Amino acid sequence: MSAPSSHREPWIHLSRKQALSPVWSILIRVLGLVLGLAACSALAFLLIEPLRDDPSRIGEFYKCFWDGSFSMESYIWEFIMNSAVLLCIALALTPVFRMRYWNTGAEGQVLMGVLAAIAVNFYLGGRYDASIKLPWDQVTLLMLAASLIAGTVWALIPALFKVKWNTNETLFTLMMNYVAMHAVDYCRAVWVPNGSMVLSKLTDRERLRSGILYKLHGIFPSLGKYNDHLLIALIVLFVTALMFVYLKYTKHGYEINVVGESHNTARYAGINVKKAILRTVALSGLICGLAGWLLGAGIDRTVSPESAKGWGFTAILVAWLAKFNPVMMIVTSALITFLSAGKDQITQVFNVKGALPDVFIGVVLLFVIGSEFFVNYSVHFKKPGKGAHLHV
Amino acid sequence: MFDSLLNYLIGALGFSATLVYGATGEILSEKAGHLNLGIPGVMCMGGAGGCIMLTLVGQSELPHFLIVLLGILGAFTMAALMGLIYSFLTVTLRANQNVTGLTLTTLGMGLSKVLFTDVRFIDQNVYIDLPKHYFRFPFDAIEGLKYPNLLTLGVMFFLALIVAGASSFILYKTRVGLNLRAVGENPATADAAGINVVRCKYAATCIGCGIAGLGGLYYIIDFSASIEAYKGIDTFGWLSVALVIFALWKPHMTLPCAFIFGVLYTCSSQIPKIVKDTMPGVVLPLSLTPILRMLPYLFTILMLILSSVRNKRENQPPASLGLSYFREDR
Repeated sequence: MSAPSSHREPWIHLSRKQALSPVWSILIRVLGLVLGLAACSALAFLLIEPLRDDPSRIGEFYKCFWDGSFSMESYIWEFIMNSAVLLCIALALTPVFRMRYWNTGAEGQVLMGVLAAIAVNFYLGGRYDASIKLPWDQVTLLMLAASLIAGTVWALIPALFKVKWNTNETLFTLMMNYVAMHAVDYCRAVWVPNGSMVLSKLTDRERLRSGILYKLHGIFPSLGKYNDHLLIALIVLFVTALMFVYLKYTKHGYEINVVGESHNTARYAGINVKKAILRTVALSGLICGLAGWLLGAGIDRTVSPESAKGWGFTAILVAWLAKFNPVMMIVTSALITFLSAGKDQITQVFNVKGALPDVFIGVVLLFVIGSEFFVNYSVHFKKPGKGAHLHV
Repeated sequence: MFDSLLNYLIGALGFSATLVYGATGEILSEKAGHLNLGIPGVMCMGGAGGCIMLTLVGQSELPHFLIVLLGILGAFTMAALMGLIYSFLTVTLRANQNVTGLTLTTLGMGLSKVLFTDVRFIDQNVYIDLPKHYFRFPFDAIEGLKYPNLLTLGVMFFLALIVAGASSFILYKTRVGLNLRAVGENPATADAAGINVVRCKYAATCIGCGIAGLGGLYYIIDFSASIEAYKGIDTFGWLSVALVIFALWKPHMTLPCAFIFGVLYTCSSQIPKIVKDTMPGVVLPLSLTPILRMLPYLFTILMLILSSVRNKRENQPPASLGLSYFREDR
């Protein structure tokens, strides 16, 4: 800062904080969350008619968030499963984002995973031609393989152009989402000749739990209709642990961080940057494909352009809020799922349209994003007329 | 055959104005170093803001041009307010631009849908019925048009041409534009040269968002003039963001580029229609439509690749795009 006697000396001074204690940094973020929820109630009064007429129902409004996730056993399992899939996609984005490769195409990569799984089932499971019908446990595994390959290929296409010509990957991957959506529509138009575009769901025998669990019969605790949910949660937990170890304790994980800091530094250190990018993006696509398989074979059991549910974008927020730390992502994905799950509840209890919960999620997230500032910077106020302070 | 083809091209021209608004707004913001992925949400909210205003004044006794002007103002103000949220978070609080933008898109899409489905704010019977005709000046007044798509070229279409031209003029021919470009290239240098970086970034982002918001209103009232139109605007937001690269960060270049986009985007609905009118007996397969719908996106990808292969120095994005500026960082 120059000119200490100038009257234009700013009265607010910012400085970057040194490492903040974890307790404080969590406290600041929680405060942001609480303020965001408070702002939601202001909006709720404005936009929800029953609430305007009777403000005392505000407690009921917040209870909706809670009830949406935890009021019934089936809701709890839905909550676990949805957080798990969201977590899976966020895990896929983590290594590439750490490398500062801005992959906005998770949506399309997941969708291609779903499409590949359903395609294998369609052609090899006896739907296309009754004479071609593999045993269903083999079909399930082939579906997995197809999903993984499809996700990887879809992620690698933009990456190849990135390393060859430095093509902007943010927009390339974004456009690939739309291409994937229309590819799904093309397949549905071909598969369903009557033009309804609705593909019937996989039968109970074809779904995830039947294909995998029957081999583990007796070892695996059976939860009846919640087997899918538990299985998905366990698979994703396993992937989380692997990703944590991969990023923290392997040479590849270290290379990812160096490439993210600076390509030149990485090159000096003898890292093959192009290879590192391609390898990491392939890994990201692979996990997106896995998420697609979980969605296609386990949850939706059919495919539509909305199969990825916008989670490819939501996962970017999940990963960023957790500062790209796989373990923290368990918390942030649960938080986002928790906020979304209030949706049906609010819709029912207050008789409002479906888009309103998106508004609340947006507002809460903006507050949480804003609170990051107070984690990274400290604000010093100066009293006017006391002259300049010197900050060293 | 020729007539229906020309009609299709006119329709594409009309559609392209939506993207011209979106892309011009995004360019202003990117020139200040801010990659605004909130444009889809901003365009939705711009449409909502304009329609709220038209619900208020649409049936009043005001002169027609004033109703049009108020509608445009409503759209601009609402969208600029969204821009204010974005710039407060990314400029003052230095939040990550990608994440803030995506959240703003979620918020804008959700909020606009809520506003459009609630008659207290936007009355479907009011905002489209009369204002549509005021906005569709001058072609709405002509009886028995040969090319019905001429209707879509209304007041706001011509405004889009002016906005794109004026933005280019300001960016490349005035001191304000020079300052803005300096901020986007290297904010620290601009700061040292005495440019108020924060004010510059705020102004560019808010005005840019305001302009993008006009695209939402144009699409709803003028181009499609249907009460269902508000549902698809976010897609055009994403296309606008892609168009910026295609147009090489030059507002006037968005005009031809958006037209090509328009031709490709509307072909999935127009080509089957033309075939049906002119070639009776030819049945197009159902699976053709998704392939045609893919075209604008594949074309964008092709353009991205081509511009990166050519890699000319003057066709690069602003150097500090996506980075927050903190004066005391070294």
